[in-house]
Amino acid sequence: MSQINSIVFIILRRMRAPLIVLIAIYAIAVCGLTLIAGVDAAGKPAPPLSFFHAFYFVSYTATTIGFGEIPTAFSDAQRLWVTLAIYLTVIGWSYSIVTLLALLQDKGFQSALITARFARRVRALREPFYLICGCGETGGLVCHALDRLGQRFVVLESREQRVQELDLEDFKTDTPALAADAAQPANLLLAGLRHPQCRGVLALTDDDSCNLNIAIAVRLLHPEIPVLARTDRQQVAANMASFGADHIINPFEIFADSLALALRAPASLRLCEILTGLAGSELPEVHRPPLGAWIVCGYGRFGRAVASRLQQAEGQALTILETRVPDDAGHRVVTGNGNDANCLRMAGVAEAVGIVAGTSSDSNNLAIAMTARELNPALYVVMRQNQAANALLFEAFPDDYTLVPSQVVAQACVAILTAPLLERFLQLVRQQSNDWAATLAERLLALCGARVPQVWSVRLDTAGAPALEQALRHGEAIGLGVLTGDGGISSLPLLIERADRQLLLLPDGATRLQAGDHLLFAGRRTARSEQMLLLNNVNALDQALGKPQAGSWFGRWLARRA
Amino acid sequence: MNLEKVVFGFFILLAATLNFGFFIGDLGRPEYHNVYELFAAIVVNLVATVLKFGDRTQIGAVHLATSLVADLQLVAAAVLWAVVVHVSGEGMTAVNTASVVSLSGGALFANVVSVVLLIAETVMLRR
Repeated sequence: MSQINSIVFIILRRMRAPLIVLIAIYAIAVCGLTLIAGVDAAGKPAPPLSFFHAFYFVSYTATTIGFGEIPTAFSDAQRLWVTLAIYLTVIGWSYSIVTLLALLQDKGFQSALITARFARRVRALREPFYLICGCGETGGLVCHALDRLGQRFVVLESREQRVQELDLEDFKTDTPALAADAAQPANLLLAGLRHPQCRGVLALTDDDSCNLNIAIAVRLLHPEIPVLARTDRQQVAANMASFGADHIINPFEIFADSLALALRAPASLRLCEILTGLAGSELPEVHRPPLGAWIVCGYGRFGRAVASRLQQAEGQALTILETRVPDDAGHRVVTGNGNDANCLRMAGVAEAVGIVAGTSSDSNNLAIAMTARELNPALYVVMRQNQAANALLFEAFPDDYTLVPSQVVAQACVAILTAPLLERFLQLVRQQSNDWAATLAERLLALCGARVPQVWSVRLDTAGAPALEQALRHGEAIGLGVLTGDGGISSLPLLIERADRQLLLLPDGATRLQAGDHLLFAGRRTARSEQMLLLNNVNALDQALGKPQAGSWFGRWLARRA
Repeated sequence: MNLEKVVFGFFILLAATLNFGFFIGDLGRPEYHNVYELFAAIVVNLVATVLKFGDRTQIGAVHLATSLVADLQLVAAAVLWAVVVHVSGEGMTAVNTASVVSLSGGALFANVVSVVLLIAETVMLRR
């Protein structure tokens, strides 16, 4: 409301001077006409126009309609005055119109107008939506993924050009976007932070402190909804965790964890990647980093994260290659540049099995990788890509495993948003053996035909599954199989979280469902919609349970009576 | 001294005084109520209204409201005058004059409120 108000006030304030000029000119013209004597048909002096006739005459003359001299022909004195009045009123009107046009061109006015329109569109949202702060590479990927899922979202982005680009992108859903600083709580409120349909906030800007501000604002202004915050720094992550940010996404940590998992159990990593990938896309490639001696080039935030994971894995000899000697390394350190062949030799590139090119410069990383490959062609190369613009170069180089921070963050966000239970499941996967994961991955791929499956979660409550919840409340014994294989639906139940927080990993079809269960499934997209029907439609459920019934309320009442 | 404040106070007071000048006198006697004074009151009231545009404070909003009420009453009085003099042809009889003048009396009340607000604002500023 306040935005509309401010627009009205801006217009009123700026139009004050022209309106006063117009009133004054009208007053002078009308008053003059009531004072100047007229002339009658016989040429004799007649009384001047009355106020009524004078106002009528000036009204149609000033707006250049010009009906002529009404009610009678004017005297010359009157004509003299009218000539003056015409010029005056034309000036008055031109002044008003020019001021109004200048106001419409005004930068401040335009931005007030855009802000008001944005606020109105956000207020009008009647479906659940997410608030995405920062729509750079990461935000863009998340937007597209959410859009493909038919999920609404609102975008706050500091660069105006990027917002204009968003307008051109072909989103299925209507996406309100505003160029504003997301670190300002007022802008967050404008973008619907307190909107009853706001389901969560994603802080994905490049700036860690900005993300921190967003997380704090969400915690204080709308504590019920989750906030997903991206950060590259341990300190900021610790700070966010201290006041309870729900999901802190650090691409370096996530990637280092994945690398460690790949060393220990490659099939587990592959399973995780299959489950977090975009549904329907190509399967991710398999990563099998070898165990043995590793070289880490660059001991910054990424280097540290990777080094600490590599050290934990068994049988790893680790060498750090860095221009400055870090004081807290605790590893063998060689001082020098990674793209220098001598330094690489000194670090033991000939005996090493793998190298991590993890500096903050893309050209450095590429140079390191190419030099190292020349010295040891069998080397397993892990690279860090900093700029999305360099993707072509990284694709051209046959490396084994690339970290693209924006992709890692986007994938983590989408996985958290689409299936809240998935994160829990992935933690369990990491505790299972490599063979267990390999078997499960085979089953999934057999189900979905070598494509990334859809992963979704269902809560058996009145909102998530009205029909099934009702049947369960009436004491019917329903097995999990009804929702998956038995009814011809090809989906795989991965996890059940009971109302009392008990977890059932890979439950079988005989497992009895309970009201309040939280279920995680993976399968084809069609399987999900078929399952939705069972969850929501009483008749479909009854048929699946093998007891056809009258569909209408009246029919069911009759059946109960009989 | 702020020139803008002077102009603002001037127009508000002038609107009230002109309105009073038209209103004062025997209610039913047209010769005591000059139509030029009504015209001047309308013009000055309109200017005072425009001067009050764009003030977002609470007191500014009440100021604007009083001015709009005064405008409404005065324009109604002017329209009534035009109707009885030019449309119905009755002319300014005692009854019609009383109607026009009492409408302007309502506007006078709104204008007095406006002046009181102006004074209250000034007094608060002094402290």
